[in-house]
Amino acid sequence: MKKTNQMKKYIYTFAAIACLSFAQSCKKDSEFLDKQPTSTLPIDAVWKDPNLVLTVVGDLYDRFPDFQRIESWWLFADFDEGFASASGDYFRHQNLEYGYDAWRYWDIGVYRLVNDLNLFIKRGQEATALKAEDRDRFLAEARFIRAGVYFEMVKRMGGVPLITVPLAYDYSGDPSYLQYPRAKESEVYDFVIAELEAVKTILPDNATIQSRATKAAALAMESRAALYAGSIAKYSNAQLTLPGGEVGISAAMANGYFTKALNAAKEIIDGGKYSLYKKNPNLSDNFAALFTDKGSNPEVIFAKDFKLKTNKVHGFTIDNQPRSSAEEAQGGRLNPSLNLVQSFEKLDNTYASLASVDGSGNPVYYTNITDIFADRDARLAGTVILPGTQFKGKTVDIWAGYQLANGTIVTGDNFAQSKSNVLPGNPGSVQVVGGDGPVDGLEFSAQSGFYVRKYLDPATGSGQIGTRSDVWWIRYRYAEVLLNAAEAAFELGDAAAAANYIKPVRDRAGLTTALSPANITFDRIVHERKVEFAFEGHQLWDMKRWRLADKVWNGNNMSVADFTNASNIGSATRTSTQVFGLWPYKYYNPGNANHLKYIFKVIKPSRVTAAHRFRIGNYYSSIGQDVLNGNPKIIRNPNQ
Amino acid sequence: MKNRFYFIIGAIIAVLFSACKKDNYEAPAADFTGRIVYKGEAINVQYGQVNFELWQSGFGNYSALNVNVNQDGNYSAKLFDGNYKLVFSPNQGPFLWKKNAAGKQDTIAVNISGNKVMDIEVMPYYMIRNASLTAASGKVNGFCKLEKIITDANAKDIESVSLYINKTQFIDGGNNIGVQELRGAALADLNNLNMSVSIPTIVPAQNYVFARIGVKIAGVDDLIFTPVTKISF
Repeated sequence: MKKTNQMKKYIYTFAAIACLSFAQSCKKDSEFLDKQPTSTLPIDAVWKDPNLVLTVVGDLYDRFPDFQRIESWWLFADFDEGFASASGDYFRHQNLEYGYDAWRYWDIGVYRLVNDLNLFIKRGQEATALKAEDRDRFLAEARFIRAGVYFEMVKRMGGVPLITVPLAYDYSGDPSYLQYPRAKESEVYDFVIAELEAVKTILPDNATIQSRATKAAALAMESRAALYAGSIAKYSNAQLTLPGGEVGISAAMANGYFTKALNAAKEIIDGGKYSLYKKNPNLSDNFAALFTDKGSNPEVIFAKDFKLKTNKVHGFTIDNQPRSSAEEAQGGRLNPSLNLVQSFEKLDNTYASLASVDGSGNPVYYTNITDIFADRDARLAGTVILPGTQFKGKTVDIWAGYQLANGTIVTGDNFAQSKSNVLPGNPGSVQVVGGDGPVDGLEFSAQSGFYVRKYLDPATGSGQIGTRSDVWWIRYRYAEVLLNAAEAAFELGDAAAAANYIKPVRDRAGLTTALSPANITFDRIVHERKVEFAFEGHQLWDMKRWRLADKVWNGNNMSVADFTNASNIGSATRTSTQVFGLWPYKYYNPGNANHLKYIFKVIKPSRVTAAHRFRIGNYYSSIGQDVLNGNPKIIRNPNQ
Repeated sequence: MKNRFYFIIGAIIAVLFSACKKDNYEAPAADFTGRIVYKGEAINVQYGQVNFELWQSGFGNYSALNVNVNQDGNYSAKLFDGNYKLVFSPNQGPFLWKKNAAGKQDTIAVNISGNKVMDIEVMPYYMIRNASLTAASGKVNGFCKLEKIITDANAKDIESVSLYINKTQFIDGGNNIGVQELRGAALADLNNLNMSVSIPTIVPAQNYVFARIGVKIAGVDDLIFTPVTKISF
């Protein structure tokens, strides 16, 4: 009896195992093998949940193109705005010319981004599970980003193939159906403008949304793109054209584009949702805070945002904080050039070199180190940390040494170096050079005599490697909209309107004597953008579209005479091929009335050995040989 | 055991010695040299700024070999034997290059088998004539005339004429210690261009400078120069 029971138990067990295993094997192969991957989400699952779609859009925003940006300070030293005070970056001042492939933006990565955007748009249009309003906003955002990518391509490369549908290779051995020719340069601009015009009504019209596309962001980009197209049309010459229009826009189209630029800018201005940042009564501090204040900043239209305690932080402040008060043993890399500093006009709207010497060449003595910068555009001190001014409540220590009565210079070769018995009648030890330098060839010292202030984060810890900074990168702001409107109005012949648009921007800079319509000239507009948008990534594109780049960066050497009592500072075509600096010295001559006053010397940092040369072939970056080999329909850019 | 040991050593030697044989090419040996000329006269240009392209088909990736033209208009390249096509890309140099029927830059077929000397004929916009560079009391004086070579629809104006001096023989807009530039009204008479540059103090001292005159043609990147002249003072 007992035995049978046990037997039964075995049988049941066996039966159960058999049952389980046979039942298992009866599943279809396809059911067993086709499993949903756990590491990626299928497309239709994503398109059911707005939060999941947002993650995809977030990736697309992250790939939005910029050239100069706060994550790579060194690119600001490639032209004449700044000197790169870091030993690995001196080469930026030692290359004679820009390669034809510089600023190229046409490779597999770019068209992969375009293809991803096209795929996203196609899938979004097919998706049915989302609420229509969510879906439409995502699609409009993708079209906004795509317009941004094409705008970036056209301003660097000229006309490119306009591809608005996803492309896939069918492995047939014949890829010719994927080979698109280049569109005309004007067609790409038209596409960008039309897309932005189409999405502006779909995107939210909300000034508190600043890191995603809004109506104003679309209009701001539209106004910039139309302005670029208009000036390319107006200032183009026969050399910068291709017979098929891939490069060059007919001059007859200029006014059409300027009108579009003006209308788009007007729509933002008339909307009244944005205004210039004016929270701080100190105009220079106000201008600096404009870039770092992320709390209800009414000027910012579209920005790339960062966030502390995530991996979305950047080291702009670590790289560029004043060395003497730095939170790490580094900083001070980007030094604004004297070329830029002396461009900031005087409060009476005139241009003048910083008065280091008087009209007959004798040094001028200043009681305070900041006196030489007095009565200048408030944006100067908002953009640049001048000697004797403060950052994070600490005064920077920029002075190059003592000059004795006989002209001898007493200086050191390290930060805040002290020497004994070097000054006449003083056997003791004295500091002979500032804690921020300048020392020629010493990285992190203010080798041009200045440090950059724009985008430098005043928050505690922003200069520490462990914390870093979450100051955002402003791509479009209201002041640009005003200056776009001013330029477009001026080009359309309405100088009075231009003067009105430019006025608030200059008022905020403390330039309260308004420019009359007769004062508004092309050179004025070039100048205003130069000082308002220094270190904001506009310079190269502005110089290109005005066709000024080959004149300003013409490869000819500069000399100290270009920076003392210069008479052509306001000229749009003034040569600016080499960065110069301005070093303060203390005058040491006990008993003399000028004892311990400051004198200033214009210097060329010794690491600046070559003059920038922008060739006519640089106006449109060369197209890679791999692209040309892969697609016989692509035409090379001219003049290379 | 011993046999096997010898065998292994032998095998290793065989492997090591055979490995470097097959996949190495001979270095290119043919010298391709010459000058850029207009009717036998060399065109002087800026150092490192003017180059032409040599294309050779049939070897995988299609890309150009760039050959630089020296200050004095000479060039030289080490090449493999073979058939090449030579072309100046548009806007290279202060000259025009022949176009084919389709309006593209025309190529010249070049066959290299052994060393080859070839002068490349181009059509400059201007030629500098009767140039003279002399030293006089702390100055370098320059004189030249300009002859307009291209006078048809492709003709271009002169933007500026400059006299450069330098410590070394490399002289151009970016490498000089003194320059005088003539622009605008000073260019009224292209048959009588006079320039003068004071020689600055040179450290370490030297009693000679190099000088040459460069002509910038409007809308053309590259300048045309006179030959470099060493001037003792």
